[in-house]
Amino acid sequence: MKTKALTSSKTASLALLGVIFIVLAVLPQLTQAYVIVLFSDIMKFVVLTVAWVIFAGPTKYISLAAAAFYGVGLYTAAILNASLPFPLVVILAGVFCFIVALGVGALTLRLRGVYFTIFTFGLVQLLFYAVAEVERIATGKRGRFVSTEGTETVYYAMLILVAFTLLVAVLIRRSRHGLALSSIGQYEEAASHSGVNVVRTKVLVFAISSVFMGMAGAIVATRRAYIDPGIAFDMNVSFMPVLMAILGGTKHLIGPVIGAIIFAYLGEFLLTRLPDLYMLVFGAVMVIAILFLPRGVVGLAQQLWRKYRGGARAPARG
Amino acid sequence: MGAARDIIIAGLLLGGIYALIAAGLSLQYGVARVLNVSHGEFIMVGACITWWMFTNFAFDPLVSIVITGPLMFVLGILLYRFVYRKIMVDSESVEAFEGSSMLAAFGFLYVVQNVARWIWGSNTYAYTYMATSVTSARIPLNRLVALAVVAVVAAIFYIFLSHTRMGKAIRASAQDPTTAGLVGVNVYRVLGICFGLGLAMAGIAGSLLSILYSVNTSMGLGYTVIALIVVVLGGLGSIQGAFIGGILLGLMSSLVSYYQPSMTMVAYYIVFILLLLIRPKGIMGK
Repeated sequence: MKTKALTSSKTASLALLGVIFIVLAVLPQLTQAYVIVLFSDIMKFVVLTVAWVIFAGPTKYISLAAAAFYGVGLYTAAILNASLPFPLVVILAGVFCFIVALGVGALTLRLRGVYFTIFTFGLVQLLFYAVAEVERIATGKRGRFVSTEGTETVYYAMLILVAFTLLVAVLIRRSRHGLALSSIGQYEEAASHSGVNVVRTKVLVFAISSVFMGMAGAIVATRRAYIDPGIAFDMNVSFMPVLMAILGGTKHLIGPVIGAIIFAYLGEFLLTRLPDLYMLVFGAVMVIAILFLPRGVVGLAQQLWRKYRGGARAPARG
Repeated sequence: MGAARDIIIAGLLLGGIYALIAAGLSLQYGVARVLNVSHGEFIMVGACITWWMFTNFAFDPLVSIVITGPLMFVLGILLYRFVYRKIMVDSESVEAFEGSSMLAAFGFLYVVQNVARWIWGSNTYAYTYMATSVTSARIPLNRLVALAVVAVVAAIFYIFLSHTRMGKAIRASAQDPTTAGLVGVNVYRVLGICFGLGLAMAGIAGSLLSILYSVNTSMGLGYTVIALIVVVLGGLGSIQGAFIGGILLGLMSSLVSYYQPSMTMVAYYIVFILLLLIRPKGIMGK
């Protein structure tokens, strides 16, 4: 019943989406630099969270590898952006992440549940120490400088990436792979027995989701000017998308978008005003969201809506 | 010969502490099904309390174990009662519970770390206690004492598990919580106690670590990682495995750091990742 309501309002929501993108596209002409930087930052989190949900939403595999791919993206930009054009660097970052994720996925997606999570957690730490060690031996320095791009370039690159990520996320959900993925999430054995190539589907979608994380990393690198292994392979980058997705709800794609927007803005607000409280709030919201919002803000809104609608309809039925 | 002996002794002394940290984590996961990734933060709290009492009241670090242990135990029971139990009731399956409880533990990682930073700041503290060497191998006395405490705690815990009614209930709940509940075990209480005992071990390990190493409020994650590696090495959920894994990792760490100290962490992760790929069940896993 609800799906029917959604399809009938589909044109309206598509139109709304179009308006939002047009407003975002002309925004740099209307406001000052701070707003553009803030929006770029929020969009970065939208990309990371939606990318995380592409894989983790239907399969329920909790990946903490986001920082690994994000870091690969940062390093790609740091090494190549001085010599290659910016769009090519971003694409290359995506390609590198795809290759790395194919390898990682092929090796690890036999692991289930907490083992998979621990592995992805370990992967980020391994890359952190390995890159730090390689840099120490090869260059003798801790970090690298990145040739920068203007705030507006970064903003538009991020906006295009958001659109691209959302588009791919919708396409995957509607494709055979999307159906296969959610069947894996519900019951992996049954999916495998009904002819789903479980390993191939998981590895492929895992690799696709990592492309966006890497591209986001490459774009952000050109704004940061300086990176080091601690910035690139920061565990918070892995945790944030998980928190934002849980806060928003993973069932519909709008969930991670809303979660990312709310929390990225809240994060910005707290960082500027109450920096000591930032991580504390982050942790507390995570616990509270898991305890009281199992389906996220979007799930809560739907529940309230149903209650309101149900209440309105009840007398008519009698 | 001398080098080999030093490596082995240092490895065993380090391994003892690793084993205690990992045993707590393993108990929490093996019975209560909570992969407590905030384990290291409670180690940090234990260490900070011990340091604080030593510098302010000259309180003996070994005696402070009887404070940090029970304090963490109560905290663990409360956490289980008010957080993990609710998540368990709400979860559809064991897998769903494991996922959600692990994420909640990540939340606590940040909460505990930041509350601790409020209280103790972000400086690094250290104090000296029993900093003399004994025997011809010049073993640091404090490390030997720490290892002895670990052995005592392990022995007490072993007797508790194998010879008491509660121990039996814990073993039953670890095997099959539903059946344990059917034969009259108050499963929630048992799981809560296991979670509490896990944190108590973290608190005790923290007290011991504060004697050996410097203390700061961001030390926790490193120990969580070590605990995870040891537990995966020994077999997730196996207490014996945690002790074997702890000693093995201690030996490996002392071997690597003898030749190339900066590679210790890289070596940890390589072992960890290889292990997850080759034998995720670990040495003692079923």
